[in-house]
Amino acid sequence: MRVTQGRAGARILAFGGYQPARVVTNDELSQAMDTNDEWIQARVGIASRRVAGPDESLADMAAAAGGKALAGSGLSPEDIDLVIVATCTPEAPIPNTAATVARRLGIMAPGAYDLNAACAGFCYALAAASDSVRAGTATNVLVIGAEKLSQWVDWTDRSTAIIFADGAGAAVVSPLADEDDESGIGPVVWGSDGDMADKIVISDRNSFIHQEGQAVFRWATTALHPVAKEACRRAGVDPSELTAFIPHQANLRIIESIARRLGAPQAIVADDIVTAGNTSSASIPLALSRMAERGELPSGSPALLLGFGAGICYAAQVITVP
Amino acid sequence: MAMTEAEILAGLGEIIDEVAGVPADQVTPEKTFVDDLDIDSLSMVEIAVAAQDKFGVEIPDDQLKDLKTVQDVVNYVKRSEVSA
Repeated sequence: MRVTQGRAGARILAFGGYQPARVVTNDELSQAMDTNDEWIQARVGIASRRVAGPDESLADMAAAAGGKALAGSGLSPEDIDLVIVATCTPEAPIPNTAATVARRLGIMAPGAYDLNAACAGFCYALAAASDSVRAGTATNVLVIGAEKLSQWVDWTDRSTAIIFADGAGAAVVSPLADEDDESGIGPVVWGSDGDMADKIVISDRNSFIHQEGQAVFRWATTALHPVAKEACRRAGVDPSELTAFIPHQANLRIIESIARRLGAPQAIVADDIVTAGNTSSASIPLALSRMAERGELPSGSPALLLGFGAGICYAAQVITVP
Repeated sequence: MAMTEAEILAGLGEIIDEVAGVPADQVTPEKTFVDDLDIDSLSMVEIAVAAQDKFGVEIPDDQLKDLKTVQDVVNYVKRSEVSA
């Protein structure tokens, strides 16, 4: 049996991000439920978040982010042969979002699949894309994290309505430039804890999203910093060398707690949640795209990504900033 | 060997300083976490986790919610050490 010709490595060429136009402030939420701006900012760190418009679909948002990443990469749609959309909030089970997005962007007949690892989805999808490029099953991959969580939120439930939001982020993954290219996507450290499966759920298509915030907080602030350090170790990068740390934007308190234990004092820590809310699998690529736009990510330097969420599923890898 | 109350209090002061930014010398036994020290339930979880590392005593969420003052936590750690 023949097998594909492998490649030495894969790298990210560009990021793209998209946020819906509609801004929902803490003050607006305070009119609908018993909460206030000060409490929300102290508790979760969010000042405002975005919600998709009434006619704005998940595929719309995913395509917008994907299109920006594609444009930033310098590649043409014809160059993309695989599209992966990480999402846990498709409007319908089939067709998948990836095939729809590919068509919208003029990408002709690529491999296309959606991937559900909740808030760890983008890191899982990035690992899958990197593996495909290295194995030779794809050449240029468009990886998108997109969520329309607003359609699953009970807007009278203070514990979730203040947190979850909509958005999309994307990256283009390609082979290394040449044999001297030392950039890359580091080995993923992934895993799950099924004992915690009941801690973040959407039970069925007639249900709202529910989470046991305190249990998730305790788990996240204890179980994840070893995963983060292991991802660094496997990539051969010491945490002190990191220029950026981009964890899933679940809650600013969780982010700060993990960052404190990481041993990366020089790293800028993503706090995109402040004006994006928790957008599940979109949160990491959306944060990356906005940090890149602001010039906060030095090209060629190592950055650590850490996704974690419902499942509980988690995944982390070091990447070279494009 | 079990720690003295003074040692537990000092250790707790260090933890609260690190987690919540409250200077250790302000962590006195009669103070309540919520009203006196402005520490919410999420910080309490971090304090419980750090206490497990420092004192070897586990404080699950359902026990944690009943610990209202600094002395409550000191007592909890002392009780758990004795029975260990």
